Amino acid sequence: MKESLGANGLILNEPLLWEKGKKGRSGFSLPRRDVESSPLGQGLTCEGPELPDLSEIDVVRHYTRLSQWNFGVDTGMYPLGSCTMKYSPKTNEKQASLPGFAGAHPLLPAALSQGVLQMMFELQQYLAEITGMDAATLQPAAGAHGELTGMLLMYAFYKSRGERRSKIIVPDTAHGTNPASAALCGYSPVPVKSNDQGILSVEAIAEVMDENTAGIMVTNPNTLGLYEENIHKIAEIVHAKGGIVYCDGANMNAVMGVTRMGEIGVDVMHLNLHKTFSTPHGGGGPGSGPVCVKKGLEPFLPVPRVMEENGIYGLSEDFPESVGKMQAFHGNVGVMIKAYSYIRSMGPKNLKKASQLAVLNANYIKERLKGTLHLAYDRPCMHECVFSDKNQTAHKIATIDMAKRLMDYGFHPPTVYFPLVVHGSIMIEPTETESKEDIDQFIEAFKTIANEAGRNPELLHDAPKRCKVRRLDETTAARKPCLAG
Amino acid sequence: MRYLPHTSEEIASMLEAVGVDDLDSLFSTVPEECRFSADLDLPEPLTEWDLNAHMQALANNMAVSPEYKVFMGAGSYEHFVPASVFYLLGRSEFVTSYTPYQPEMSQGTLQAIYEYQTLTARLLGMEIATASHYDGATALAESLLMAIRVTKRKRVAVSRLIHPLYRRVVHTYFEPTGYEVVELGYLENGVTDLTDLDNMEDFAAVAVQSPNFFGCIENFQAVGEKAHDRQALFIASFTEALSYGLLKSPGSQGADIACGEGQSMGIPQTFGGPALGMLASRKKYMRSLPGRLVGQTKDLDGKRGFVLTLATREQHIRREKATSNICTNNSLCALAAAMYMASVGGTGIRELARLNHDKAEYLKRELKNAGLAITFDDPTFNEFVVEFPAGFQAAYERLLEKKIVAGLHLAPYYPELANHYLLCVTETRSKEDMDSLVREVTS
Repeated sequence: MKESLGANGLILNEPLLWEKGKKGRSGFSLPRRDVESSPLGQGLTCEGPELPDLSEIDVVRHYTRLSQWNFGVDTGMYPLGSCTMKYSPKTNEKQASLPGFAGAHPLLPAALSQGVLQMMFELQQYLAEITGMDAATLQPAAGAHGELTGMLLMYAFYKSRGERRSKIIVPDTAHGTNPASAALCGYSPVPVKSNDQGILSVEAIAEVMDENTAGIMVTNPNTLGLYEENIHKIAEIVHAKGGIVYCDGANMNAVMGVTRMGEIGVDVMHLNLHKTFSTPHGGGGPGSGPVCVKKGLEPFLPVPRVMEENGIYGLSEDFPESVGKMQAFHGNVGVMIKAYSYIRSMGPKNLKKASQLAVLNANYIKERLKGTLHLAYDRPCMHECVFSDKNQTAHKIATIDMAKRLMDYGFHPPTVYFPLVVHGSIMIEPTETESKEDIDQFIEAFKTIANEAGRNPELLHDAPKRCKVRRLDETTAARKPCLAG
Repeated sequence: MRYLPHTSEEIASMLEAVGVDDLDSLFSTVPEECRFSADLDLPEPLTEWDLNAHMQALANNMAVSPEYKVFMGAGSYEHFVPASVFYLLGRSEFVTSYTPYQPEMSQGTLQAIYEYQTLTARLLGMEIATASHYDGATALAESLLMAIRVTKRKRVAVSRLIHPLYRRVVHTYFEPTGYEVVELGYLENGVTDLTDLDNMEDFAAVAVQSPNFFGCIENFQAVGEKAHDRQALFIASFTEALSYGLLKSPGSQGADIACGEGQSMGIPQTFGGPALGMLASRKKYMRSLPGRLVGQTKDLDGKRGFVLTLATREQHIRREKATSNICTNNSLCALAAAMYMASVGGTGIRELARLNHDKAEYLKRELKNAGLAITFDDPTFNEFVVEFPAGFQAAYERLLEKKIVAGLHLAPYYPELANHYLLCVTETRSKEDMDSLVREVTS
């Protein structure tokens, strides 16, 4: 270890894990050995992997220091558009760590796992109710896994009718993973452009929808934060040609209790428990991506399915047309418990209120920042609003510079350069858990940065200056990858 | 509602700034026919007090250790986790952050994942590892698809002794692709029968699990040689990552890809998920890897730092040409595994793995001495198959009432193995627990 640990006040240094420790230390107390040794045959064993030996305090300091270089929702505002970084209630963590849940083996007989099965069954019902659909599976591990499940359901549906369709419509305002999920199921995505209002036009869909097209993957509200106003008619057109409407529900936080997808023509959709239902993202997962369907697609849902009969819960494999299994076991149960706990804490009225306030916060930011930043589509938005760097290009300031400068003001930057339909996009999603005071501060910070852009652009080009590291060389990282030490 | 900070005055002033009269008017772009006018039919909100009681009641309706003695593994293992791991993992800077899209503000997650990738590569004897996947089963499916991309062949050979539920996930992923899965049978001693490979042409990969589903240790070296003779990749699969604390690593025996489940390392069982899909490979396949990767780089001042890298393989940029649709990883689970590996250390993991092995050997020997048949002869790690007398199912139920779960009945997965049970022993089962199991099954 060459560098000193204390760098500057509370900006602490920390070496890589294997640059610490001494051979022979341990941060683990091995259980008592109460049986004799039974040597394994020669040739089967090794000397053991080259892991560093550390004491408990070495490990504790290491990860405590690392954690301090990280920004989370608990640290401050994290307006990452399309990612819905709302506050994660602490009671959810407590519920998920109850020993009865955390210690449960997935292959226990149903009679010994009634508690978790009841929770899963009820959560399925709640999600179906919120989306206005008929049935749900909790098995997919993440949003993109839910999309894949949805595509497999569509594939299985057509197969059961002796059909094989080859295309699927994917608008330019859909989520980035949509085309890849479709392609994994052998569908070629047909791109469709949104109109000058930032939404899909009925005509654009009518033009491409045919009998060889499996359906449409629409994101509603879309990635511009706009409600697809023509969804009803678009669904009619797709249905008329025997197609299926898939809705990417990643943006469901905007419309809980306001619109039910099952009633506006959607046949299958996924939800992100780690977005809408307040389960934390853990630095990139685990997530959970339940899929809700209308009756016609129910026979194809993954198995096993959680069933209830006379208050007794069980797992059933008795669905011969099922697509099969998406994960080894039942899905990310720990995440489900947190979402369940959230829904039970909120109740119907507060869920609707959450959507209303999420939309209020986003519109408030849109109105207050629209002179400062160029607003891509000047119309009422849902839970997120999309700006661009058009007003700043004269000062040779790009979106990324403003994003990095925001860090110096103590905010996590919004999503940048997505959606692709807006050049230099800045997508801000405050969520409902941010107060007016915090949002006002964020707006002020952005205004100050825009002012700096004109006055002293170097401040932005050099940003961030107050983080653990300055701007990182991503090009070299990709050209000469170093993935392990 | 305590999660919603707005006062009514704030709402009023914000509505005014937006230029609408009330909250409903914010939704003017939602057409009338798309409005849901009723209230959602959901239970009314619970206070935190009532929620605690409700959740505790559900959790109490579960059979878990230490009250129950569970001798069941089969892909989910009960291991002791140091309090320090739970404590550190609960730090909200880790828990409440998102994918590290802005590296300057996410060095904690990024360095931790880089370290996880390194420790994983070392554990599996491979050069590089991904930032994690959903679980062992999806990691296997993605590995097989990767081998198909690398070799441009359309058929894979998969051992029947790979976890049966993993194989079902593979079939689900493969169903619409037109790729073919050929299953390899097993020999009397409980390991994969490789002879069918001799008559197979043009396969992209052979996947074999070790310790396999019966707990037996496979000869990875032989599998690798057979695969490489035919220019196919050798995929080493596993459900018990801890075993490589003692057993030779996949990489040291010629594996091109190693993939499996890392739940054993610091992750609670939680009815099967979240779990940790581990995936590692040789460096030459780096650009074909599915999922997220973290790389080391420098900042403007030349200081070491970490970023997400090689994103051009991914959905963000290539969209329909992406190598997989994976967007999220299981970052927090990867972090738990890294903390666990750091706590146990190189010396500790070997001793712990040895203890797991020795304990299972003790139970195996005691059952044998009591007259029960141990079905397969080959060496096992912490699981093994035992044949109970016909009609044992009734005794199994009786044992459940005594709070003993006597393994997993294999007949639903391997119909030829009626009355056979897969038993598992980890460091959490005492000699006393095992002695009482032997007494009960033989009484």
